[in-house]
Amino acid sequence: MDYIIEMLGITKEFPGIVANNEVTLKVKKGEIHALLGENGAGKSTLMNVLFGLYQPEKGVIKIRGKEVNIFGPREANALGIGMVHQHFMLVDSFTVLQNIVLGMETVAGGLLRMEEARKKVMALSEQYGLKVDPSALVSDISVGMQQRVEILKMLYRENEILIFDEPTAVLTPQEIDELMHTMRGLAAEGKSIIFITHKLNEIKAVADRCTVLRRGKFIGVVDVASTSKETLSEMMVGRKVNLEIDLQPLTPGEPVLQVDKLFVKSRRQGQDKDVVKNVSFSVRKGEIVCIAGIDGNGQTELVHALTGLTMPDSGLLTLNGEDITRQSVRFRNTHGIAHIPEDRHKHGLVLDYTLGENLVLQGYFTPEFQNNGFLRRKKIINYADKLIDKYDIRSGQGALTPARSMSGGNQQKAIVAREIDRNPDLLVAVQPTRGLDVGAIEYIHHKLVEQRDAGKAVLLISLELDEVMNLSDRILVIYEGSIVADLNPKEITVQELGLYMAGSAPGAVGRDVQ
Amino acid sequence: MKLTDRIKNMNFSFLSSVIAIIIGLLFGLVILLISNPAQAMGGFSTILTGAFRDMRSIGRVMYFATPIILTGLSVGFAFKTGLFNIGASGQFILGAFGAVIVGIKLPQLGSVHWVVALLAAAILGGLWALLPGILKAYANVHEVISSIMMNYIGMYLVNYLVLNTVYDRLRNQSMGVAKSAVIPKMGLDKIFPRSNVNAGFFIAILAVIVIYIILNRTSFGFELKAVGYNRDASKYAGINEKRSIILSMVIAGALAGLGGGLLYLAGTGKYIEVVDILAAEGFTGISVALLGLSNPIGILFAGLFIGYITVGGDYMQLYDFAPEIIDIIVASIIYFSAFSLIVKNVIDRRRMKLGGGKVQ
Repeated sequence: MDYIIEMLGITKEFPGIVANNEVTLKVKKGEIHALLGENGAGKSTLMNVLFGLYQPEKGVIKIRGKEVNIFGPREANALGIGMVHQHFMLVDSFTVLQNIVLGMETVAGGLLRMEEARKKVMALSEQYGLKVDPSALVSDISVGMQQRVEILKMLYRENEILIFDEPTAVLTPQEIDELMHTMRGLAAEGKSIIFITHKLNEIKAVADRCTVLRRGKFIGVVDVASTSKETLSEMMVGRKVNLEIDLQPLTPGEPVLQVDKLFVKSRRQGQDKDVVKNVSFSVRKGEIVCIAGIDGNGQTELVHALTGLTMPDSGLLTLNGEDITRQSVRFRNTHGIAHIPEDRHKHGLVLDYTLGENLVLQGYFTPEFQNNGFLRRKKIINYADKLIDKYDIRSGQGALTPARSMSGGNQQKAIVAREIDRNPDLLVAVQPTRGLDVGAIEYIHHKLVEQRDAGKAVLLISLELDEVMNLSDRILVIYEGSIVADLNPKEITVQELGLYMAGSAPGAVGRDVQ
Repeated sequence: MKLTDRIKNMNFSFLSSVIAIIIGLLFGLVILLISNPAQAMGGFSTILTGAFRDMRSIGRVMYFATPIILTGLSVGFAFKTGLFNIGASGQFILGAFGAVIVGIKLPQLGSVHWVVALLAAAILGGLWALLPGILKAYANVHEVISSIMMNYIGMYLVNYLVLNTVYDRLRNQSMGVAKSAVIPKMGLDKIFPRSNVNAGFFIAILAVIVIYIILNRTSFGFELKAVGYNRDASKYAGINEKRSIILSMVIAGALAGLGGGLLYLAGTGKYIEVVDILAAEGFTGISVALLGLSNPIGILFAGLFIGYITVGGDYMQLYDFAPEIIDIIVASIIYFSAFSLIVKNVIDRRRMKLGGGKVQ
């Protein structure tokens, strides 16, 4: 069978790192071809080469059997290659229709002919079951619909080769199902799809074949149907991965954090409702307490109130017996709270600082790193080197690597390293494994359990049911800002937990709401 | 990053500034050729070499550079901490007024008179940037808007204050400052005879060094830059981000104000004129900061370069050029020089696309 894309022996180097080393990718017409690899394995680099954003040092690209040189997205487009980027490339203040036709406008006598475009878009939307509202502003529509707009953009340009760069990272489970359905539909119509991901379930669900990369190297290409998830994960990580965690029984000690009747009002303009309502709970030494819930049920606001990013409207917070309700972030940082934030780019890192500077983001002023107002740069670099080594953070230039240039997984590892190494009494971890590959997930899970076993209190906030069930000593379910259940993970099933999270308490098991 | 890489990066920054300067000079040459082809080459070589014809001219370069190094530092420091201080002009003139009023009203201070007058300049400049800082920190009002407004308020306020305090009716300007308020020459008048250069130039260099150290070596600068790069992450890290924003603005304002003080205490017949014109030094500071890529050391050299072009331009009057043409040429050289950031981006993108060569 003929290949529609052949990338042969592609090598691409960056300062300090070989992002692609003799990588080969061959995609057949009409197949869904998964590109699997850990964060930083070189998947995005390879796709950027295919899209003309980078020029490879070595290697040949053939499209439909013909050797080509691609110097930019425009030429890629002319060859029928389209890409849905992980971060959408949409103009927020334009409508859906305007975004789809942008750059390909039908013009008559210098005037836009949007009616024809609208008809074509609606026909495509019908044909592939991609429901969109063409006159809605992009800023007003859901992330799922924005993604459908991106797909329609490719179809409108009559692209034959569709690249999806980690398309499911931002979607809800229902939206993921819809996307999978759409992808199958597109392949059935003869489109060829490259599906970049590190989620094995999704590969098993839709992909025909799978190319695996590890640390920039080509590992192999396999037929998905006849390959087990375990084999795929081993190829990707380079060793056996075990996500099952066996929590050693441990009697929790003294409470570290106590939350009493906490209320937080919405900070959005024109709103005055409580987003955290009368929440009370405690986290003790040597236990992992998980707050489970569907996104947007007050978790973010609760965490911000706990860590001092916003002040609660009423209630009492106690850390190791001390009232911290009105204390600053700095006070909480230095008195035993560490925080792995939900959004690593917004809160977790200063992307324009180096890795080393980011690793002392909370500690730069302590005597260890500062002397009479001057930073002790040697000490900072030595400390950073120590953490890089101890926590296996991969970076091109060590402590001096710009944080922005690191892969998502290694950025997250850097944050985890920084927070755990501060030796906190309470570790607040908010979706610590979001968007990470199995190897990194396994690693971070083990680190959280280590903290617990060392007698620290861990508060985990997660949306992933598996993670919640696997890691917790206790599960608190949050729904519309209130804690609606305090559950023992050993006594409930995933299904029951799901019902609690959806706000319909089954009432059968372990129902002792605080 | 190894030391060699750092040097390489520094070289690329320097290179981009040099390329921008060359583009500016070529553009100036084109204007010369259009306005007076016969004298163009002579005029052009005067611009390039005029500042080196004698020691006096070199002194004049330093004199011209002093205030714009300070306003350049003001804008560059704000840039490095994530703020665009377009209000250097207002801060500059407030600083000038602070220096002049102290320079006239407090002659009893004796030998420290000029030092106190300069301090007053820095304080008034800093105060003038305080309000935009507070608005930015607490109400998220963009500092570009608020500091532009403050430029006009500052200009009219200083006009009003001069009229009511130290007004020289005959000349429509401020009165002269006391002798004790004039910045000493510290021997510079011996090295560069008949030029106006004075110890203010040393103060400018000192300011460059202090700002460089604050930004690159201190935990205070670490905080200010962190807030500039990412306000949310700084808050998360426990940095008082509102305080940092206000302090950044105030320090930037104090630098611009000090620049005003240094110019008006130079003892060179410079008086605050009561006219409705914003101080040009504030805007030249933006060019200086851009040409120097906001690096304090770069700003020092950028300020000297612009002083050098200005002095060279002065000598062009020997040729048959209208003074306006000279102004246009000097302005366009400065204008194009400020493109160094664009040049740098082009170089960086090239390097990125070509892969940056070998693995280290």
